Amino acid sequence: MKRRRFISDTARTGGTVALAALGLGAYASKAAPLPLLALRPPGARQEKEFLGACIRCGLCVRDCPYGTLKLATMDDEVMLGTPWFTARDVPCEMCEDIPCVAACPTGALDPALTDIDDARMGLAALVNQETCLNFQGLRCEVCYRECPVIDKAITLEMRHNERSGKHTYFIPTVHSDHCTGCGKCERVCVLPEAAIKVLPMALAKGTSADHYRWGWEEKEEAGGSLVSPDPEHRYNLPEGMDYDYEGQGLIRGGQPQQDPFPENPLDSLNQASKDGQ
Amino acid sequence: MSRFRANSSPAEHTRTRWQRNRFLILRRVSQFGILGLFLLGPWAGTWIIKGNLNSSLTLGVLPLSDPFILLQSWLAGLQFGSQALIGALIIALFYFLVGGRAFCAWVCPVNPVTDLAYWLRRKFRLRGNTRIHRNTRYWLLAAVFALATITGLAAWELINPVSVLHRGILFGMGAGWLLILAVFIFDLAVSRRGWCGHLCPMGACYSLLGTHSPLRVRADHRDSCDKCMDCFDVCPEPQVIRPALFGEKDGIGPVVDEANCTNCGRCIDVCSKQVFSFGTRYKTNPFQPNNFEQKEART
Repeated sequence: MKRRRFISDTARTGGTVALAALGLGAYASKAAPLPLLALRPPGARQEKEFLGACIRCGLCVRDCPYGTLKLATMDDEVMLGTPWFTARDVPCEMCEDIPCVAACPTGALDPALTDIDDARMGLAALVNQETCLNFQGLRCEVCYRECPVIDKAITLEMRHNERSGKHTYFIPTVHSDHCTGCGKCERVCVLPEAAIKVLPMALAKGTSADHYRWGWEEKEEAGGSLVSPDPEHRYNLPEGMDYDYEGQGLIRGGQPQQDPFPENPLDSLNQASKDGQ
Repeated sequence: MSRFRANSSPAEHTRTRWQRNRFLILRRVSQFGILGLFLLGPWAGTWIIKGNLNSSLTLGVLPLSDPFILLQSWLAGLQFGSQALIGALIIALFYFLVGGRAFCAWVCPVNPVTDLAYWLRRKFRLRGNTRIHRNTRYWLLAAVFALATITGLAAWELINPVSVLHRGILFGMGAGWLLILAVFIFDLAVSRRGWCGHLCPMGACYSLLGTHSPLRVRADHRDSCDKCMDCFDVCPEPQVIRPALFGEKDGIGPVVDEANCTNCGRCIDVCSKQVFSFGTRYKTNPFQPNNFEQKEART
């Protein structure tokens, strides 16, 4: 009788605890993804790894001289007790000595990060061209001016302004090679809701397929064409036709008029390769 | 307080109020003093201790980390930073020496909350009690470690009231108050000493840590016990007293040799016969070498 009681008691306690643990596990895995606009401190490991390593002590928060970092409370969607910041509120000031990383007792903020320019807290992305003032041909470019890695992380790319016909668009362009994701651009964007935002790297950048090669880069690397001989580029136009870049499209060329469309259609198709030889 | 027999016992007139409450007072001084040291930084700008109970840095040199929380991180796949590991070893060694659950009684910020619930329970004679097996905490401890291993997250830290409260006070509480309120109501209305005495896996971890701790409460003068039961009334883990107090006829020694004793010393306070004292787990008590002579003198 005693043994039966012991077994049933044990099963009941164990079962209850297991149920509670299952509930907590489900809640924990649901709570795990980081909201899009929440950024981790510099040097933070991959989110999953970071959550395992961070012991929620707040030492990074205490050593942040600009009050950028905060610990998530139960009100936040960020995993409870972990450090984060919102670029639009207080961005990372990119201290050269990276005190938050130095303070981390577990290495959840990777001590291998010694140059703040190597930090990748996220990637800035100009998320809307309809509201960004520079895209309208104005010279706002506050994000560019405030970027701590100016002219590397954000450059202004010049484009012809067809609307006025005589002005230039200065298009703020983010370069992932240099953007640390500090969020200063998002902070200073003059719009009521920022048109440039720091987003998680994978989301902002997209991912190029592994097998893609850019021909021009490969060519430069190899010191010459990889296809030999390298044929000069040419249009495969019908005999006697030219292409008008001003907008008229296919036009008759100044050459003596011959029948542009020989009886045998294969002749015109083969014309280009003949010319090439 | 008048309903406690200790106060009506004639011997009580010979003990001052301080003598009757000194470990309770010392414990509150310790609990709030430690919290105060942490608060000096954010409130007064004097940074003696940075961080929180999970991990902290004292005077810029001494790292202290919670072994329970670091163990979860380790199971979740963390390779320790050396500072946290050293901190956890220091804490583990300290509580191994002074009794694992001394953390619960002397440091943990949830203890005043559940103590308040228990005090109100007694004051208003709330008798409702859901019985929970005291070993449930060890089941929970196993579940916490299993969860960390499986999910790769320190999942318990989502609801651990100890870190939620301490971190909340220092860094901002948010809705964390609700969790603490839940623990309070649970202890007040649902289960007597429910959280700290039955469920808390953090306490369970510390009790395992202190299974062989040298510092113990002893009932050296157990033959003076008049079975007034005052000690059982105040003890947060009353089951630990019985063997030491009444086990003489079964050949059990006078040491409260149970890992779940929190070394709070409240039994020492309330006993009008001065049965209890702090000592070691060993046969002879180095703090009171003249035990037997004293006993003879008293009789």
